[in-house]
Amino acid sequence: VAESFGGLDPSIDARVNDVAKGDPWTGFHRIEQALWVKHTTNGMDKIADKLLADVKQLESKVQGLSYQPEELSNGANGLLDEVSASKITGEEDRYSHTDLSDFEANVAGSQTTYGLLAPALREKDEALATRIQQRFDAVNSALADLKTGDSYPSYDTVDKAQRRKLSQLVDALAEPMSQVASKLQG
Amino acid sequence: MAGRRFSRRGFLGLAGAAAAGAGAAGAVALVTDEDDKAAPASEVVPFHGPHQAGIITPAQDRLHMAAFDVSPGVSRDELRDLLRDWTRAAERMTKGSPVGAADDLLAPPLDTGEASGLPASRLTVTFGFGPGLFDRFGLQHQRPAALRTLEALPGDELDPDRSGGELCVQACADDPQVVFHAVRNLARIGRGVVTMRWSQLGFGRTSKTTDAQVTPRNLMGFKDGTRNLIAEDTAGLERFAWAGDEAPPWLRGGSYLVARRIRMLIEVWDRASLGEQERTIGRVKSSGAPLGGRLEHDEVDLHARGSTGPVIPVDAHIRLAAPATNHDMKILRRGYSFTDGFDPELGQLDAGLFFIAFQRDPHKQFVAIQRRLGTTDHLNEYIKHVGSALFAVPPGVRPGDSIADGLFSA
Repeated sequence: VAESFGGLDPSIDARVNDVAKGDPWTGFHRIEQALWVKHTTNGMDKIADKLLADVKQLESKVQGLSYQPEELSNGANGLLDEVSASKITGEEDRYSHTDLSDFEANVAGSQTTYGLLAPALREKDEALATRIQQRFDAVNSALADLKTGDSYPSYDTVDKAQRRKLSQLVDALAEPMSQVASKLQG
Repeated sequence: MAGRRFSRRGFLGLAGAAAAGAGAAGAVALVTDEDDKAAPASEVVPFHGPHQAGIITPAQDRLHMAAFDVSPGVSRDELRDLLRDWTRAAERMTKGSPVGAADDLLAPPLDTGEASGLPASRLTVTFGFGPGLFDRFGLQHQRPAALRTLEALPGDELDPDRSGGELCVQACADDPQVVFHAVRNLARIGRGVVTMRWSQLGFGRTSKTTDAQVTPRNLMGFKDGTRNLIAEDTAGLERFAWAGDEAPPWLRGGSYLVARRIRMLIEVWDRASLGEQERTIGRVKSSGAPLGGRLEHDEVDLHARGSTGPVIPVDAHIRLAAPATNHDMKILRRGYSFTDGFDPELGQLDAGLFFIAFQRDPHKQFVAIQRRLGTTDHLNEYIKHVGSALFAVPPGVRPGDSIADGLFSA
């Protein structure tokens, strides 16, 4: 879904190695690096202004859009795939190690998107809907176990066994989620 | 999907049709039984029988084995459903058929597809149950007395990430992609119910399990398994391999699988002299003959003496592993050479023997033998046991039944 907003995705969310040589690096991760690695906000005012403008533009674009069920289920899946592919490894927030917050946001986004489809799915395949709900619960409860108060620990303190557990729980959730589009169609 | 049958060859055409138009795909999805027999009979090992295939089946060239743990909160019914789904998938894959259709453009294909067009390649899929499984699901009373985690043995340097497991799948075939495909698809079917604990690829058999097979060489360059328990020795198999009345009814006709990941210190071995290598094993490297003998299958004479002592040294591997040294105990070895590439920590090859053995009682057989080997075997200078697992392997499946039905119905 993010790709459908053209240049907004890279200008908001690019990692340093995503940026072509000669292009400017902007967005969250640029500021993340300044704060956690360079320990300065020098030169970040322009980046922050652009980020705010980009996010506002994204917000206004989103308001006018409508999605087909297939796109929604692919979106719910895509958010989980993103967790499996790049968040579980810690590469997303490589400077701040705030990956678990990102991780939670992806799962919440997936659950919200899926929630729009759930009533229709329950009519077509009750067992699949129940399985997806149980597996959302399992992921959310594993995340909650890691939380102290309302904040997550730095991801570099999350050990191999904990990362593996999260990864396998997300895979277990994404597998039935990948069946949703076809079930809604059938 | 039930009742439809697909051959891998039929499946290729089907995939093309699905790409051309989803509407037409359903119409061409049905293929006949004859297509299923497209794989030459010699390449199909029957899945059904009194014993599971993959034990006395002539050892195939390739292995992919994986161990799984059952996820927290999984019910007994969900576990049974998985074992049924795994059984159906194994029935199909061992015939050379995909596990399911690829006729829905909106859903991921039921089969991952990389074995399409490949013959069955003598694929066998062998299932086992680890000790930890029985403490859950109300199965405590079904747990065989001999199925208790192997105790720490002399010389063990076990990595918990390469050890244990509540379920196992041993896939063997003559094609590496076919074994990978089998484990991958079973893992996928199990996602959410089980998680993979470890997995091991093996690239070359290190045992013969029938008289007709030549004895292969392991990565030390020596012939391995010359005196193995073989399929033709039915009396020996009854005595040493198949679980009998001592086992609970669900396991009778099954066996116990011991897996050990044995890392070879390849660099150290490669600089040992030929004489040292032969004294370590107790055989001539080129011919495979026992020291003092001329041919591979010559009698191993443990009593022969030379001018400086026993011809077969007291700490030679074949002396310590010999039945005569172990109260006549034998095991059926079915291991594979492995490499997982390079050990970046040590800068050395990560390779060795993935030892697999089947036996009637792992403690009276494997453990008793390994206790002796781990203490005094000269070979210990060149190897390390880094992974260990034990599984009860139920008997074979009848058509229509699922693996270990007897475990749940009793």
